[in-house]
Amino acid sequence: MVSLRNHESTAPAPRARRGGGPGAAGRWRALPALVRFPLAALAAFTAVLALTSLTGPAEDLRIGSVGYYMLAIAGLQLLIGYSGQVSLGHGAFMFIGAYTMALLVLHQPAFPLWLNMLLTVVVSCAAGVLVGAATARLHGPYLAGATLALAVGLPALTVRFPELLGGSNGLAFSVRGAPPALAGVVTTSQWQAAAVWLTALVGLVVLATVNAGRLGRRMRALRDDESAAALAGIPVGRTKVTAFLISAGSGGLAGACQAYLLGTATPSSFTVALSLSLLAALVLGGLGSMWGAFWGAVALVYVELWGQELAHSLSLGTNVANNLPIVFFGVLLILVILIWPQGLHGMFSRLAGLVRRGR
Amino acid sequence: MNHFIDLTLSGLSSGAVYAALALSLVIIYQATRVVNFAQPALALISVYIAYTVSQATGNYWLGFGAALVTGLVLGAATERLLIRPVHGRSPLNAIIVTLGLLLVLQGVAGMVWSNEPHSFSYPLDYRGRFSASDWFALGSVAAAALLLFALYRFTPLGLRMRAAAFHPEAARLSGVRVGLMLTAGWAIASLIGALAGMLAAPPFIFPNVLDAVFVYAIAAAVVGGLDNPFGALVGGVLIGLCLSYVSGYAGPELTTLAALAILVLVLSVRPDGLFSRPTARKV
Repeated sequence: MVSLRNHESTAPAPRARRGGGPGAAGRWRALPALVRFPLAALAAFTAVLALTSLTGPAEDLRIGSVGYYMLAIAGLQLLIGYSGQVSLGHGAFMFIGAYTMALLVLHQPAFPLWLNMLLTVVVSCAAGVLVGAATARLHGPYLAGATLALAVGLPALTVRFPELLGGSNGLAFSVRGAPPALAGVVTTSQWQAAAVWLTALVGLVVLATVNAGRLGRRMRALRDDESAAALAGIPVGRTKVTAFLISAGSGGLAGACQAYLLGTATPSSFTVALSLSLLAALVLGGLGSMWGAFWGAVALVYVELWGQELAHSLSLGTNVANNLPIVFFGVLLILVILIWPQGLHGMFSRLAGLVRRGR
Repeated sequence: MNHFIDLTLSGLSSGAVYAALALSLVIIYQATRVVNFAQPALALISVYIAYTVSQATGNYWLGFGAALVTGLVLGAATERLLIRPVHGRSPLNAIIVTLGLLLVLQGVAGMVWSNEPHSFSYPLDYRGRFSASDWFALGSVAAAALLLFALYRFTPLGLRMRAAAFHPEAARLSGVRVGLMLTAGWAIASLIGALAGMLAAPPFIFPNVLDAVFVYAIAAAVVGGLDNPFGALVGGVLIGLCLSYVSGYAGPELTTLAALAILVLVLSVRPDGLFSRPTARKV
């Protein structure tokens, strides 16, 4: 009973009202999740293909970055927004994913990309189970502290094992671009952006489906009241570890996409600041909604770009310019929590609601 | 054997620093149920102020004093401006606000003093086995802990602060200005954090200099039990010694992971730390 009440309190009421209603939106929402999410992903993928056919290589790279950040943030969303476990170590799973990808490309050059991605997911899920099982009894600040230690400590391994992991310079490799048959049609950067988005969208469909099902319901019950969820028969430890596993898998896949896109894996790109920026983007986009991941990823990529352009146009010093994005994110994080805790997605859906009512 | 003694001594002096930073975390956690992830940034700004003052005046100790005052002011301001508005809401909000402050202050430090490392002097002679600086670290942290104990135990202010932390409603009814007491707690904690920063920063100072120290301090606070100042001190020394041995026998790159391992090990046996009392939960 308790879990049921929790579920109802967390599921937004308007959805039920709109659920079977007339109109295109109502029919769309009446579709089963297994049909609805892949269709939405297909539409998003077509949009990305159309977008990259208009843009140059530098922009393609940024669009690809939005794709993998979106996947990473969505995984964090599942962990923090839905299951209520505050992890500050998501960058560590991206690190694992990126290095797995790099090692696979370097040592098994014959493997196709999809197999590499699949193996990366397996490896990072395994890491997620290890971390999740070790920290399953921790909660709140204790878990945050432990995962912070993971984010700080793991990249140092590269210095410890320089032959295998390339020390502080990291690993560089070249990936195959577009297949020769398509040489005249798509550029390498378009192909890469499309591959990253396809991977990210598949990951997102899995995350959204999980979240819409029984596991998602259990996680939200845990988040709202752990004791009550346990009394209602929800296996607390197993659900928490599963959330960690899925989140680590998507983080690792995002790291693999980053490595694939950039052709390098260096320890300096997986600092604590990355983990904190992912959290910032998540909060900014909106906790508790998969759309929040998209807005957060867009903010993460383009705020940095705008920061550089702004600093350039105001001819600020390099000290100021280099630190502008991090200060901006920090200020944003504080302001969003103090003023608008639902984040960008909350703001947009509120606006959409106003428009709908106005019609 | 000689190596072992060296490692023990250096572990003791670095453990004192972790203990001080852990103590500042615990004071704040006790008062407001918030883990202050901005603590390294508050300490960082204090150390940079000390750097600037020392450079301008040529006197290390003037800078030292300036750092402590900066810590006091920053701590009070943080509680007043940022923590109070999210007080009583979801604990995630407080964590995120302090993380936001961490990003802002580290970025601002980089903007003002640049991301490049500056050399930063030790308080006293640092050469040799258990140098004067090591003694100073151990002594100042011990003095700070004793003063804190005396403050909490024997002064009216300390009594009010404890009352405000443990029973805000009852304290307010008996005329304690609870808000002011929480601000005082943050100010004192952040002063101790600034002391830890001054001890941890040398020989170089740059915006991320305290990150690793902070991770060890969190580990120390959590191992000792976030609720217990005595536990933070013991945890700090324990973590300092363990990490010193790991660094000496297995390699310095593994220290952070070793801290994580100790953390997980201790917490899997006692989920609320070594020195915490079991608490009843209302369902």
